Amino acid sequence: MTATMRPTPSACPACSAAPAAEALAARELPNAQIALSLPTIHCSACISKIERALNDHPQVNSARVNLTLKRASIDAAPEVTAEEMRALVEGLGYEAHELDAGTLNATATDKAGRDLLMRLAVAGFASMNVMLLSVSVWSGAEDATRDMFHWISAAITLPAIAFSGVPFFRNAWAALRNGRLNMDVPIVLAIVLAIVTSLWETMLSGAHAYFDAALALTFFLLAGRYLDHRTRAIARSAAEELTALEVPRATRVRDGVEEVVNVADLAVGDLILVRPGGRMPVDGEIVQGTSEIDRSLLTGETLPVFAGEGQAVSAGEVNLTGPLIIRASAVGAETSLHRMADLVAIAESGRSRYTSLADKAAKLYAPGVHILSGLSFIGWYLYTWDMRTALNIAAAVLIITCPCALGLAVPAVTTAASGRLFRRGMLIKHETALERLAQVDTVVFDKTGTLTTGTPHLTNLDALPRDAVETALALAQGSSHPLAQATTKAARAAGYAAAEVADVTEVPGYGTKGLIAGEEVRLGRASWTGAEGLAQTATYLKIGDAAPLALTFTDALRPGAEEAMQALVKGGKRVILMSGDTTPAVEALAQRLGIPQWMAEALPADKAARVEALRAEGAHVLMVGDGLNDTAALAAAHVSISPATALDAARVASDIVLLGNDLSPIGAACETAKSATRRIRENFRIATVYNIIAVPLAVAGLATPLIAALAMSLSSITVSLNALRLR
Amino acid sequence: MNILTYLIPISLILGGVGLVAFVYTVRSNQYDDPEGDARRILSDDWDDHPKP
Repeated sequence: MTATMRPTPSACPACSAAPAAEALAARELPNAQIALSLPTIHCSACISKIERALNDHPQVNSARVNLTLKRASIDAAPEVTAEEMRALVEGLGYEAHELDAGTLNATATDKAGRDLLMRLAVAGFASMNVMLLSVSVWSGAEDATRDMFHWISAAITLPAIAFSGVPFFRNAWAALRNGRLNMDVPIVLAIVLAIVTSLWETMLSGAHAYFDAALALTFFLLAGRYLDHRTRAIARSAAEELTALEVPRATRVRDGVEEVVNVADLAVGDLILVRPGGRMPVDGEIVQGTSEIDRSLLTGETLPVFAGEGQAVSAGEVNLTGPLIIRASAVGAETSLHRMADLVAIAESGRSRYTSLADKAAKLYAPGVHILSGLSFIGWYLYTWDMRTALNIAAAVLIITCPCALGLAVPAVTTAASGRLFRRGMLIKHETALERLAQVDTVVFDKTGTLTTGTPHLTNLDALPRDAVETALALAQGSSHPLAQATTKAARAAGYAAAEVADVTEVPGYGTKGLIAGEEVRLGRASWTGAEGLAQTATYLKIGDAAPLALTFTDALRPGAEEAMQALVKGGKRVILMSGDTTPAVEALAQRLGIPQWMAEALPADKAARVEALRAEGAHVLMVGDGLNDTAALAAAHVSISPATALDAARVASDIVLLGNDLSPIGAACETAKSATRRIRENFRIATVYNIIAVPLAVAGLATPLIAALAMSLSSITVSLNALRLR
Repeated sequence: MNILTYLIPISLILGGVGLVAFVYTVRSNQYDDPEGDARRILSDDWDDHPKP
């Protein structure tokens, strides 16, 4: 050791050795930060079991489970992979999914929320103290005692406001600089005017100081801001978790060697291997392999499409049967998936036209308050020629009318409503989504992936001869193609056993073939089996030289689709089905669910145009969709919902995300939104009633600081309680 | 009324202690997992020996 070889100036050799060791460690590879989503954990036993297992792993430095977020964060040696950790936790009997740490890290610490909470705490502390001092003043403290109390209040208030009021000052300044008025301008004016007049009064040994009012105002308004922020932060973190669940990885082939890389690292010209079941990470051209691809997320078509060498594929399509090697022609932001974002941006410009109830109230309220306060100042000044009285009364008017209750009216209700909907499995992403949802009168559904699960379901099993089903089962059971899997599942459930088929081989992109008693049997695409293609999703079975038989499929309905439909129709809403799928498929589903209006073979632009047209007719459209072909329509609609299984782009474009698999909360959500909006309006009315009572008193110069404090607290508390009544 | 000379500073200091304690809890991430912490206190994993 260094310490033994030469004397160190430090008395403790370990002290100088420790930084050196740290520097050495820093030069090594950074530790792996792994995040896992654990949706099923629920108790203290789960926490200790998982933490113990993870910490016992020799390469894990530390692991901590967060039960609130249902997440585990692991700090491990660089060579540990997330997959390894996931398998470890799954082995304990808990569901685990890898989360993309990069997506989550950006918001790991909710700095803005912490900042607001700190300001709220300071305002709360200061207002309690000042209120106590004010109580003694109101109970009759006089002369020197009163002055002392006022001075102490001032000493507490000034720094407290300077710290806590920053969010309001900043917002008001931003609005004023752009020549606009927002809710924060009257707030800041009231706070500043109250403090200035109170200081002036205190210097002149006056009786009325509004320090407590200024602080209480800041406290209540900050409470509203904090609630608002929390609701949005919860939604944002849940939405981010959905995004982080899709870890973007691709297999790149270089000189015959496969390596797994991040999609962000791919370049144009790279060769990428896409295994069956994988999604295309980039746009490209197939250079090797044949398969079938499922484009339902892009176009809404449920019928798999043949894919062979030389064919172009787009990011987001799913490879079904055979491995494909594609050469990237566009990566990252250039892919067709991302280009769709332009369509979304255009459609979204329409949405910003919506003004929230709070903004509407502010627009009426802010100028009104200023005019009223200005008028009472001028009136009293002309009447008494006394600057002090006039300023005092103007400040009292501003404080009493200040939108304390208005600031709480909306956040209290949206917090309550979002919490309720979150428990039912709906994530409200946008702040005004509830208000917009309450206005909805027309609901547009996408078919594939939204009303249906996107997994096929065999329909004509009973109509097929027994030996055909057994042969089909034998051919289908080894394949991972969705139609083959659906056939296997349906045949097994009905109790069929597989026939003896020799030499079963899968021909990627075409189907499966085998031999029965020397005769060739084939199960696969129409062209390959020599059948006439039907308009609906089907696969064909050819036994020997006999005419091919068709096995037809429909999409399985998503659970709760029928309930949602009934609830919406009962609520008097017009329901429309819009899909990119073929006419017979769409028509069949529309009949099954009793939807009178439907539109098939719609292109993405058609959907958006139709939604625009409905909107132009004055309808408030709720769009429910999941695919890339829906994104423009989702953004164009008045309000939009997408399921958690939707593509990232669709989830980003929508206001509300359905977390579960079930569609039934949609109907209930419309009702909750309606009652939430009703509560918001009620809250505005309550706040107005308080103003109607208190403002004449203030203008008449009868408002004492005691009345101001009472009016403010009472209205804030009533408004919050009213919000809690929400069912 | 002279008692106020003591009482007011005392009440302010006590309140200030509460405020500082709250700021400390926020800074040390004690509100990150309220649900988990509520359950953790019931687990007896580290009862016999403290967590390393």
